[in-house]
Amino acid sequence: MAGKTLYDKLWDAHVVRCDDNDTCLIYIDRHLVHEVTSPQAFEGLRLAGRKPWRVDSVVATPDHNVPTTGQSAGVAGIADPIARIQVATLEQNVHEFGITFFPMNDPRQGIVHVVGPEEGATLPGMTVVCGDSHTSTHGAFGALAHGIGTSEVEHVLATQCLVQKKMKNMLVSVDGPVGPGVTAKDIVLAIIGRIGTAGGTGHAIEFGGQAIRDLSVEGRMTVCNMAIEAGARAGMVAVDEKTIDYFRGRPFAPKGELWEQAAAAWQELVSDSDASFDTVVRIDAASIQPQVTWGTSPEMVVAITDTVPDPASESDEVKADGMRRALEYMGLDAGMNISDIPVDKVFIGSCTNSRIEDLREAAAVAKGRTVAATVKQALVVPGSGLVKKQAEEEGLDKIFTEAGFEWREPGCSMCLAMNADRLEAGERCASTSNRNFEGRQGQGGRTHLVSPAMAAAAAIKGHFTDVRELQNI
Amino acid sequence: MEKFEKMTAIVAPLDRSNVDTDAIIPKQFLKSIQRSGFGPNAFDEWRYLDHGEPGMDNSQRPINPDFVLNQPRYQGAHILLTRKNFGCGSSREHAPWALLDYGFKVIIAPSFADIFFNNCFKNGILPIVLDEAKVDQLFKEVEASEGYQLTVDLSAQLITTASGEAIAFEVDAFRKHCLLNGLDDIGLTLQHVDAIKAYETRRQAEAPWLFS
Ligand code: SF4
Repeated sequence: MAGKTLYDKLWDAHVVRCDDNDTCLIYIDRHLVHEVTSPQAFEGLRLAGRKPWRVDSVVATPDHNVPTTGQSAGVAGIADPIARIQVATLEQNVHEFGITFFPMNDPRQGIVHVVGPEEGATLPGMTVVCGDSHTSTHGAFGALAHGIGTSEVEHVLATQCLVQKKMKNMLVSVDGPVGPGVTAKDIVLAIIGRIGTAGGTGHAIEFGGQAIRDLSVEGRMTVCNMAIEAGARAGMVAVDEKTIDYFRGRPFAPKGELWEQAAAAWQELVSDSDASFDTVVRIDAASIQPQVTWGTSPEMVVAITDTVPDPASESDEVKADGMRRALEYMGLDAGMNISDIPVDKVFIGSCTNSRIEDLREAAAVAKGRTVAATVKQALVVPGSGLVKKQAEEEGLDKIFTEAGFEWREPGCSMCLAMNADRLEAGERCASTSNRNFEGRQGQGGRTHLVSPAMAAAAAIKGHFTDVRELQNI
Repeated sequence: MEKFEKMTAIVAPLDRSNVDTDAIIPKQFLKSIQRSGFGPNAFDEWRYLDHGEPGMDNSQRPINPDFVLNQPRYQGAHILLTRKNFGCGSSREHAPWALLDYGFKVIIAPSFADIFFNNCFKNGILPIVLDEAKVDQLFKEVEASEGYQLTVDLSAQLITTASGEAIAFEVDAFRKHCLLNGLDDIGLTLQHVDAIKAYETRRQAEAPWLFS
């Protein structure tokens, strides 16, 4: 019998039952909840007179709508009345149903995909869901993690199960070590550039190869976070010692005897050597340079040393058309050097890149330097209250503020501009987030996705810059 | 989801083709945090003379007297009679939520947009497809007599008019079963409570840290 992939193992361990059409009920171990996609689900439960099946499996925190200043005022301090109601509704719902909750002025509050692992609420071998597509982040620890819709949020609350068909297996292997100055964000952008935003559709992607193994657990989270931008609902990385060490001592992680038992079981969460994948993509890590997106889709990405691509050299007419529209929206000309593109704003944050290592990476570039005078605003938004605290203990906040960055409170912030942090029409932003769609960071705003170090470098220089020059590499 | 019971109710005629979901519930109401409460804003742009926004007191707004649902004779209607391609456009589930909240349990039309048609069943609404001639005849009858009612019997798959005419309709057997028994996806999954509990018992023995 052929071996199993990591995904096969996670799937098999969670099947409750399947019908004749291979539609299965999958048991869910952890359900993360935020304010935007949950209100109708709770309302549905109430209308049907139902209760959460396993209330201890649910953890909630507000993130999308929270302001990044003045959080100590709590919900009442949210200026936008509609946002305030949404956050207040989450508070009412979690109290009514008795759900574990990190409210706005709790140091554990933050972006749900940063908070879950930080608390050890996400663990290896779990199935994890959240009404948010970037739930794929949690696959970084050998978990099976999907984003779900509002009806499914209600379904999981009521039944602890998700109705699913098994996906196909895909391996993306990034072989060999990456060069100096190349980060997890560059790796995942390069993967998306190669396979495209639909490349992983219908698949669960396992990221492997030396470059992935070399990454820290947080770097692997950055890679899995953007599996969804590669078209896959779930991305994952096999468990190793780094994964297990990461969870030791976290508040929700098992303790004592149970920890030993769990850690032993987690060792099995790797694909067997004779497992077969439906699709395999191999990328030479040494070929990956620091990346910058130039268009309005994450697959429109090139190396910092490149130029803006020319639609005229694209043979596929549909693609060439898409490129022309993107260039027009982005206000760029084909052939210009990426490093000549100036930026108006810089955003360091989001569930892709707002963890402590991301902030350290950016601070190392900012240290002793000054944000260029032409840059209107450079925001640093930590992913959680605990990340913020840690960064302050390390003095990173001082490095940022002395350089001219604004040091903010945790939340999704300018990743999707649902709170007050946003781009104005025509403004160009170097952003460490995950989506560069039209209007994503504010109507008419222009987003270039980069790593935290590259974003800091753009802030200092006022235009995109090969961060390796500032790092003396 | 509530069980779909046999019902006799007033019919409201909406004599338009291609009624889209944006007309059924305009986009500004999607910011709502609820699944219920959309009824007062169903068909908002047709129903009121001013521009509606969430949070307005709808009872204070100027009513469009020409819009059919505002006419006294159609108050309390639970059956909507309309024309072809009803529910086209955006896939928003807020459209069936709004119709249900308004009070419609049955929609009769010559054809429906696909996603909307599916969404109706998920929310306990019965969409019925009848041929154009039959729909035309019903429009004439509704307009001719005030207080016109139809009886809809899902288990017999029959509509009965006031004059006693019986009109048969088709419905997918599985969907019929779900509506009659009030089974939504959650209801269906809950038919497997024993399997879920058995899984939990087995899993708890294998991986107790997941349950601590
Ligand atoms: S940071 Fe951005 S991508 Fe991540 S959960 Fe928040 S809005 Fe979504």
